[in-house]
Amino acid sequence: MKVPPDFGVDDAALVNLSVPNDLRYIREPEARIMADLKRCGYDDDTIFAIKLAFEEAATNAVKHGNCNDGSKRVHLRYYVDPQRVVFMVRDEGCGFSPAQVPDPTADENLERPSGRGLMLMQSYMTKVCYSPSGNEVWLLKENPARKA
Amino acid sequence: MEQPSSHLKIKRAGSVSVVEFADRKILEELSIQEIGSELRGLVESEPGPRLLLNFQNVDHLASAALGMLITLQKKVQEQNGALKLSNINRQIFQVFKITRLNRVFDIHDTAEKAMESFARA
Repeated sequence: MKVPPDFGVDDAALVNLSVPNDLRYIREPEARIMADLKRCGYDDDTIFAIKLAFEEAATNAVKHGNCNDGSKRVHLRYYVDPQRVVFMVRDEGCGFSPAQVPDPTADENLERPSGRGLMLMQSYMTKVCYSPSGNEVWLLKENPARKA
Repeated sequence: MEQPSSHLKIKRAGSVSVVEFADRKILEELSIQEIGSELRGLVESEPGPRLLLNFQNVDHLASAALGMLITLQKKVQEQNGALKLSNINRQIFQVFKITRLNRVFDIHDTAEKAMESFARA
C-alpha cells in the first residue's frame, strides 16, 4: 500500500527499512526519526506523542502481528519535514480488524490489562489508517506549531 | 533500607513500601514483565500491602505498562492492600487521562501527599 493521498507526502520521498522482528532493532530507526523531529523544530509534547505512537505501532507489529516470531520481519517507512511526520509499520502476520478491538475507555473495559495501544495512537496522531488486511498501519502527525 | 534491583528502588517508610523506577522509559516488554514480577513479589510478601509508586524518574510509558499496573492494582486489592501513584509528569498523566485510568488509580501530585493519604486511611 502506498502512502494515503490525504497524508500530503509523495510516496517516493519515504525512507524504506526492514528489520528483524525484535524491538531492539526498532531502536535505531526510532532514534533517527526522533533526531529528525528535533532538527525540524517539533516541540517536546509533539515528540512525546509521536514516540509513544511509534512505540505502540512497533510493539503491536512484533508482538501481535508477527507473534514474536524471530523468523519474521517488520517493515518500516517514514518521512519527516517541519510540517508533518508520516510513518508506516507493516508486519508479516495475517492482520486484524481494528473495529473489532473493544473500546478500552468503556466502563466495562477500564480494568482490562490490554487494548490501549490503538486508542493511544488514534488520540495522539492526526490520522491513523490501516490497510484492508490490517497488517499495515499508516500514521500522520501534523506539527501543531506549523498548522495554518 | 534500600534493596538493590535492576528496575526498582524500594524503600520502606513505616508500613508503606515506596517504589521508585530506575528506568526513565518503561517501554520494553521484557522490562515491564520484570517490573511486574518484582512488584507482584512485593505485594505477595505481606498481608494488606501498602504500596506507593513514585513516577518522578519516568518520562515515557508504554500501554503495556498500564496493563501491568492494572494487574498489580487487582492483586493489591485481593490482598486487602492499597496502591497509590505519585509524581506523574504532565505528559504521562495525559496518557492516564486519555485512557481514563486516572479514575481507576489513586493518583497524588507528590509522594508526601500520597503518604498523608495513607496516614488518613
